[in-house]
Amino acid sequence: MNAERPDAPPGDDRVTLGADEALRTRLIEATDEGAQELAPVDETSPVELAIEQGGVLRLPESETLDPDVADAAFGAGETMILNVGPQHPSTHGVLRMMVELQGETILRSKPVIGYLHTGMEKTGEGLTYVQGATNVTRMDYFSPLPNELVYSLAVEKLLGVEIPPRATWIRMLMCELNRISSHVMWAATNGMDLASTTMMIFGLRERDLVLQFFEKVTGLRMNHNYIRPGGVAADLPDGWEDDVEAVVDTVGARLRDYDNLLTRQPIFRERTEGVGVVSPELLLALSATGPILRAAGVPWDLRRSMPYLAYDEVDFDVIVGRAGDCFDRYAVRLNEVRESIRIVRQILDKMPSGDYRTQDKKVTPPPRARIDESMEALIHHFKLFTRGIEPPEGEVYVAVESPRGELGCYLVSDGSNRPMRMHIRAPSFVNLQSVPALLQGGLIADMIAILSSVDPVLGEVDR
Amino acid sequence: MAAPGPLATRVAQLAEVPFADSLGDEVYFPIRERYLEVAGALRRADFDSCSDLCAVDYLTHLARPLPDGVTPERFEVVVNLLSRREASRVRLRVMVPEHDPVCPSLFSVYPGSENMEREAYDLMGIRFAGHPDPSRILMPEDWEGHPLRRDYGMGRVPVQFKGAPGPR
Repeated sequence: MNAERPDAPPGDDRVTLGADEALRTRLIEATDEGAQELAPVDETSPVELAIEQGGVLRLPESETLDPDVADAAFGAGETMILNVGPQHPSTHGVLRMMVELQGETILRSKPVIGYLHTGMEKTGEGLTYVQGATNVTRMDYFSPLPNELVYSLAVEKLLGVEIPPRATWIRMLMCELNRISSHVMWAATNGMDLASTTMMIFGLRERDLVLQFFEKVTGLRMNHNYIRPGGVAADLPDGWEDDVEAVVDTVGARLRDYDNLLTRQPIFRERTEGVGVVSPELLLALSATGPILRAAGVPWDLRRSMPYLAYDEVDFDVIVGRAGDCFDRYAVRLNEVRESIRIVRQILDKMPSGDYRTQDKKVTPPPRARIDESMEALIHHFKLFTRGIEPPEGEVYVAVESPRGELGCYLVSDGSNRPMRMHIRAPSFVNLQSVPALLQGGLIADMIAILSSVDPVLGEVDR
Repeated sequence: MAAPGPLATRVAQLAEVPFADSLGDEVYFPIRERYLEVAGALRRADFDSCSDLCAVDYLTHLARPLPDGVTPERFEVVVNLLSRREASRVRLRVMVPEHDPVCPSLFSVYPGSENMEREAYDLMGIRFAGHPDPSRILMPEDWEGHPLRRDYGMGRVPVQFKGAPGPR
């Protein structure tokens, strides 16, 4: 690809790595560490082979990998490496899976990613803290609000800014509604993957209810830039209680459709029960989080275990599965929608009044009306949006529970108005590591069901 | 040498490791040679999951605040470990010099760091010794350079049509 890449345009601020030309050459030469693809067995190192065979041997420490255990018994010519994607109707974005098959059985597999990589972490270094939320919201496009939330929490922690209670509760309301929309969207695509097109329409229908509310509040259906450092962009519109109530009542009632269409349906259960089973130990070793971990029976939910916002003031259950198969992952998500509805109803009762953003002048611009009458307010407004916030030097890691798992933000500030490093720990990216473990030994026909049950959002995987 | 951190009472290997409190988070700065030993000790002390691993390039900000006994280097590998039982996190920051951007791989201790180390290699050019599959993960295989380094330009999209008028 670099062969076609034009020379750096004039004015490019790329500099060489000091005067050490030899080092530069070495680093550039070292750039190619080999193919990302699934290679034939005889060209693969034993450790790599074991990973591709499902990482079953990747138990930490005490059970370090014994290369002899890796099953390389199948000879060349008996197996076939099949490429699925990057363009495939059910790979949930541009994900490319390479699977080695013997007959219909998957021997090993490897996800190949990066097709949606747009360098958003690099972009984040070039944006001010005020602009940053517009960037992160585009990562996980099915749940943009938790992305904005984790970024804003990180900036606020660096700044040491307290946000008013109403802002906290609005954030919680929006994130829980987003969890509902994300999970029903997942149920829709999961149904679609298992050939239930009706499910697709059902899911989109419910998601649209939530998106319509989002549009009313934030002005946009996706990529809201609503949760910002210091609070939220705007207060909830008049009559929001009725809207929210209508949304959760309708979604709650329509979940019965899901039960009728999928949960009680023998074909769906046949295709998901006992498929893609994985042990909790393995998932923990692979750093997996979110519904796939809970479906395997680990009650780990950051909202409960390490509460942020005001999750310790609402009552909800952490849904845990038992078998760790595709059906449990479905059931966990469906019941999490019910729990989110429960949380939203409590938020409706408890929503405090007051400011929706902090009155700290370093973070929040003056209200529009003040700008017309006060020169200082105009200057302040101008400075905030041109220069932006300048948090003190430091680094911080903040994590929230997004619909897909632990969403983290590692932010390094050098005291200027732009982050020196903005790293997002994307749950889909990490969860994708467990896919080979889920697929190994399964049938190729189950591959899509398993892949879908992990719920990777490729915008977030590749960032 | 700075005072040892709170975790040092439980994990003996942390006693000698410089410690800093970063906005309420416990941060330890093991040297590269002791990094795996410290991580292994934390693994045994109930930090059962590696939440996050990323690399940071401090090229433009070398003089950052660090505890005594830590030599600032251009790169850092930052690891966030999670203990589910204690519901607590601990952070390791490992200095990696520019002239030798190599760091031991955490794979043998926390297999979940595999993708993250590939990403750190791909975008920041830090090589992880002992990583089972050190290929690029997000960029194309034949990409030159490591885009997240501070001296790697932002880049821009070249104009597609030669005769087209520029933006201004």
